Amino acid sequence: MPIDDTEVIRARLQQLFATQQLAVVATSSSGHPYTSLVAFVASTDLRRLFFVTSRATRKYANLKGDRRVSMLINSSTNKNSDFHQAVAVTVVGVAEEDTGEKRQATLAAYVTKHPYLEEFALSPSCALICVQVRSYVLVRNFQHVMEWHPDP
Amino acid sequence: MNLILDPADVQPADRPRIGGKGYTLAILTRQGFTIPDTVLITTDAYRQYLQKSGLQERIQLELHRKDFSDMRWEEVWDCTARIRSLFLKKPLSDQLEASLRETLQRRFANQPVAVRSSAPEEDDACASFAGLHESFVNVRGIDDILRHIRLVWASLWSDAALLYRQEIGLTIEHSTMAVVVQAAVFGHCSGVAFTRSPTNEAQAVIEAVHGLNQGLVDGTVEPDRWTIDRRSRKVLSHRPVERRLWAAVQDRGIALGRLPDKLVSHPPLEQSQVTAVYELACRAEAFFDAPQDVEWTFRNDRLILLQSRPITTSSSAHPEDKRGWYLSLHRSFDNLKLLRQRIETELIPEMIRCAAELAGMDLATLTDADLAAEVHRRLEINHNWVNVYWSEFIPFAHGMRLFGQVYNQAMAPDDPYEFVDLLVHSDLASVDRNQRLSQLAGEVAGDPKLAGLLRTGDLKGLPAGFRQQIDAFIETYGDLSCTMTGGTNCAEDLQPLIHVILQYATVLKHPPENSRQETTAERVERFLDAYGDGDREKGLELLELARASYRLRDDDNIHLGRIEAQLLAAVQEANRRISESADEPETDGGRQVLQAAVAEIHLLQEPTAAGSDEKHPLSALRARQLTGQPAGPGVARGRARVIRRHSDLPGFKNGELLICDAVDPNMTFVVPLAAGVVERRGGMLIHGAIIAREYGLPCVTGIPDATSLIQTGDTVTVDGYLGIVTVHGD
Repeated sequence: MPIDDTEVIRARLQQLFATQQLAVVATSSSGHPYTSLVAFVASTDLRRLFFVTSRATRKYANLKGDRRVSMLINSSTNKNSDFHQAVAVTVVGVAEEDTGEKRQATLAAYVTKHPYLEEFALSPSCALICVQVRSYVLVRNFQHVMEWHPDP
Repeated sequence: MNLILDPADVQPADRPRIGGKGYTLAILTRQGFTIPDTVLITTDAYRQYLQKSGLQERIQLELHRKDFSDMRWEEVWDCTARIRSLFLKKPLSDQLEASLRETLQRRFANQPVAVRSSAPEEDDACASFAGLHESFVNVRGIDDILRHIRLVWASLWSDAALLYRQEIGLTIEHSTMAVVVQAAVFGHCSGVAFTRSPTNEAQAVIEAVHGLNQGLVDGTVEPDRWTIDRRSRKVLSHRPVERRLWAAVQDRGIALGRLPDKLVSHPPLEQSQVTAVYELACRAEAFFDAPQDVEWTFRNDRLILLQSRPITTSSSAHPEDKRGWYLSLHRSFDNLKLLRQRIETELIPEMIRCAAELAGMDLATLTDADLAAEVHRRLEINHNWVNVYWSEFIPFAHGMRLFGQVYNQAMAPDDPYEFVDLLVHSDLASVDRNQRLSQLAGEVAGDPKLAGLLRTGDLKGLPAGFRQQIDAFIETYGDLSCTMTGGTNCAEDLQPLIHVILQYATVLKHPPENSRQETTAERVERFLDAYGDGDREKGLELLELARASYRLRDDDNIHLGRIEAQLLAAVQEANRRISESADEPETDGGRQVLQAAVAEIHLLQEPTAAGSDEKHPLSALRARQLTGQPAGPGVARGRARVIRRHSDLPGFKNGELLICDAVDPNMTFVVPLAAGVVERRGGMLIHGAIIAREYGLPCVTGIPDATSLIQTGDTVTVDGYLGIVTVHGD
């Protein structure tokens, strides 16, 4: 088993993000947590994660009030073997709607990963949300936990 | 993985990958039958295309937007139009294109071809898909062949094919499609041969036409018909027809035209040719060991077999088969042109005349008995026009869809409903009515004194000029009292109209005019360019037909509403007399006659949409986000106004979101006041969606329980881009 240096962690995350379609994102409203399932894509440097949501959703409203978010991405398959085989990563970060000049390029990457969501992603009623990652908490082998800060 | 096969290389195990049609052609080739040069694109190519393009899941998302069984036919059409649009926009992957291009280039470099469907399900289901999937003749150039292969694949998802598959219990998700690409053969005469007549097992039948057999197959060209005795092989009869039309090849595709004079008096086949066709069909029957339906053509006196299939798989073998009905959902351009002529020159003028005749009658002067008879007569008249509406007007709506299909094929736009922008502003009667209301409201908005008179109900103090305009409006459109009260009070009453004018005065909204018209003109030009120079006239004809179809979807309801209003007026007069004489002793039996006449009519029962005005308790199940069909682009958030019955209309406030069962054409005067529209009834080209589009309003249709799940006063977001309605609560 390779030692968990930064490059190994980075490779594990990249592999996980390339193979997983969905993430759980946690927002909050008046201090109360609220979770949602979203299709996501990660930037190549792993500093940012992106998802798309309709501006009419609760999570969008919550993000407007409190930018702090957490996300969970994992490789479980609903089998017993998940306990020793699955990898899970908890993301802690800050989110905001991406309206910058790189928005189109990010959306293109998002649609490349999720081609069936093209209409949804490009709809004027939807927002591209960028999560600036503060830290990753990577869990494997049931209880082996490593924390990584991409921008220490 | 073999993506493309030569018929000579086909093995029995390939049958599920190339479909029955492709497999039969391969077998016939190897048995020495003369068939056109052919290659077979396997279902592997279709699957690879779907997987690489991401369409596999995209189609599933589209089909599962809501339960298929909950979708009206219009919604299924919309859904399949979006899927077809995806096939038009998504090119083949470089790898797949390279694999197909090399063979196609080698075999058909500069040759016109036919691109035909060959669905493997046809074998599995013992059902015929003939006519449900598309085939294209006279396709030229490799790029165009590749594009038409995608169109054949897309036809797997046509509305008729989807509905038929569901009907016969095939799994929609696992459907797949092979494609036959054949060198096109433009014979001088063509036809079909049934080695066993459907009506007499001892006989065979040959049908033949001059030119190509497309006209015969789709029923637009009547064929000469020969009956042959199967045992003696002698011709028993020849039934000639009046030969007027033929299908002939054009630069692109084929077209129906007038048969040249020199051919009119000549049967398509000589006696010896009839025998040759029958012998060819018998060879196919002997080889397949079953009666065959054989398509053939003569080119330069050479008889070529185009297709052979067992007669037992035709619909005649299955009395319950509904394929014919699903096919009838689509009308041809020529059929729609005839229908338009009948509607515009006969039916609509007759409706207008009829409504005027009824309106001209002074009901107050009739005796009770005559009034009862008049109620009956009007009920009958109304019933007849409702029947005409379903049998003639509704089918004509396909004119819009036909244009949409042609437009999307030529333009491959991002928005599959872009074509609707070419149809709007077609002088809709309801928009005209709303503009008249806006004019009246404009005067009220600029004159506080006039507004005050209207608010206090002091109608006697109205300026004479304004009163004349009100009277002119009522003469043309009625006073809206029937509409706003659900037919329970059709006696003259200005209050409902005054209420609407006052609401209009708070916002003067018009359908956008100049800016979009220029864009529309440019779009028409772009469409005509893309459609092809040679076909410009046909493109314009199609557009004109679609505009008439679009206009009629609005106008027919208005005309029908006027006739229904006259029925209601007679009922109202009868009710008035019954009510006024309630305390008087019956003398001549007239009241009884009136009561009997009115009792037969249930129109006074105000139609009510599902749902209740009562608030749900907090603990009850509540809807948060509802999915329907995107029917008008845009997003609106605001206060919901649920219209469960017509008498809810007077409460409608400017800026509210209209939530209803269906936008009744007679209530479209509230649409300019609305910020968005949500309808239970689904479809992009239904009346409510058309009106919403005219006013540029976000619109979502096909929300099954819209009037139950949403309450007046709820804050709601209408996402007309994605077809989603979000209920935020109070």
